[in-house]
Amino acid sequence: MLEVKHVSKTFNPGTVNEKKALEDISLRLEDGDFVTVVGGNGAGKSTLLNMIAGVYPIDCGHIVLNGKDMSTDPEFRRARFIGRVFQDPLMGTAGDMAIYENMAMANRRGKPRGLRWNVTAQEKEDFKKQLSRLGLGLEDRLTAKVGLLSGGQRQALTLLMASLQRPELLLLDEHTAALDPLTARKVLELTEEIVQEEQLTTLMITHNMNDAIRIGNRLIMMYDGKIILDVRGEEKKKLTVDALHQKFREAANEEFSDDRAVLI
Amino acid sequence: MGVLLSIEGAIGQGILWGIMALGVYITFRILDFADLTVDGSFATGGAVSAILIVNGVDPWLTLPVAILAGCLCGACTGLLHTMCKIPPILAGILTQIGLYSINLMIMDKSNLPLLKVDTIFSRLGDAIHLPRAISRWLTTNNLVCLLIGLLFAVIVIAFAYWFFGTETGATIRATGNNASMVRANGVSTNKTNIMALILSNAFICLSGALVAQQQGYADVKMGIGAIVIALASIVIGEVIFGRKGGFLRRLISIIVGSIIYRIIVAVVLQLGLNADNLKLFTAILVGVALTIPVIMDKRRQSATYRRLTAAADAVEEPFDA
Repeated sequence: MLEVKHVSKTFNPGTVNEKKALEDISLRLEDGDFVTVVGGNGAGKSTLLNMIAGVYPIDCGHIVLNGKDMSTDPEFRRARFIGRVFQDPLMGTAGDMAIYENMAMANRRGKPRGLRWNVTAQEKEDFKKQLSRLGLGLEDRLTAKVGLLSGGQRQALTLLMASLQRPELLLLDEHTAALDPLTARKVLELTEEIVQEEQLTTLMITHNMNDAIRIGNRLIMMYDGKIILDVRGEEKKKLTVDALHQKFREAANEEFSDDRAVLI
Repeated sequence: MGVLLSIEGAIGQGILWGIMALGVYITFRILDFADLTVDGSFATGGAVSAILIVNGVDPWLTLPVAILAGCLCGACTGLLHTMCKIPPILAGILTQIGLYSINLMIMDKSNLPLLKVDTIFSRLGDAIHLPRAISRWLTTNNLVCLLIGLLFAVIVIAFAYWFFGTETGATIRATGNNASMVRANGVSTNKTNIMALILSNAFICLSGALVAQQQGYADVKMGIGAIVIALASIVIGEVIFGRKGGFLRRLISIIVGSIIYRIIVAVVLQLGLNADNLKLFTAILVGVALTIPVIMDKRRQSATYRRLTAAADAVEEPFDA
């Protein structure tokens, strides 16, 4: 269970560039929740995920994962429990290192690393099996440098790596946004498969409203650093893209009229 | 004959300085951290070893102490970068400048000769008696330098090859590649940065200690320009061996690059280059060595363009007719 309690974050406070990225966000994810996150650019979706992952410190509030308060823990320590896939396919893997070396790194997430050889023969066999699931032919290219793979292949690999050691929370930050439609579809199917199989608690940002409605058991919409919509279960299934757009326009208009009221 | 002997000497020197270049390779290429600590820590290695020898410590035993001093130098730069968030180049320069004073404190003067005391080189030299037929071609000094250099080069390369193959070593390699990926996989990049800097400067101080013992003195200025010499060795190695190939090959190429650099220096000095101009010469050499691959790439690309375009133009297009 993930609990985000009263988390706020302001970038560049006290300057002309001040930006309230998150405003008093509270959110609670039950075990096995698969939550899709939608919202416009600058709504705070990525900031929310980055705060949970510990990329930047939060201004206030608590982030508690399965009873562990990790509000002030550095990123690498939270990573023991959190798997992540980034929007940029280059971010999740080390390009100059072989596929198996990348996987071996991920396979030791949350475990002590010492002076043993970085990969075992048994692991290589396991990796081959895991890679063959992707259906990308990577199982025969274990020693190839990851830099030689396409964006889609790298993203699929990153996803696999994030789930090698079962994470208590999986964070997907628009992980299909940089891929062509066909590859994006494939990576998304793989995502559903892995999340389903391992019953992972997942937060996934997407700009595709259809995907957001279709996938997962809960949807939240963010606007201007706040959660403006939170629907789940049956109610979520009944959502339509039009309804989401409508909701989004309403939120934007509200702000607009507020601003005008202030000006007048 | 003079040229032959100076080249022999250059080979031995090249191997000893090559260990320093291996240290720089760890930060410069593996960690992608331009660490300028080396100009100070190289002399620290020499200073620590020399002062201990002068005070009657066994010359072999001074080597682990020098290595330990190197670890401290690296840790200092590492902490400045990770804890104090000082950019890599500045962190290295701060340590380097501080070490200049510390090296003077260690030696109590700017130059500490190792006269009438044993070094590991003089000891081995005393034990070797070359027949005259050979010593005409190969002096004992050069042979000793070569043997000891090879011994340490093999140890250092074997250690580096093993270490960077381990779980911990792999996290350092990955840090140089993609630090956010390393953190996302549960490893502190502060730790990997500090570890790499410690290891790098340990190699550098070992090299400094060996060079001081070999040349018979430690000098507070002996490390000035070491970073450029290291880069010269690395890029000469890369120009000759290429940047591809296995890790072991890369490590060996650096030692070879260092030897070639020393041979080039020995030759130009024999040809009458003023020793004062050596640093300028080295700077130009590194500049040229870094430029050659770029120019070759560009030439290859335009040659391919001309060939393929000519072939395409040769085909008659229907709409031209």
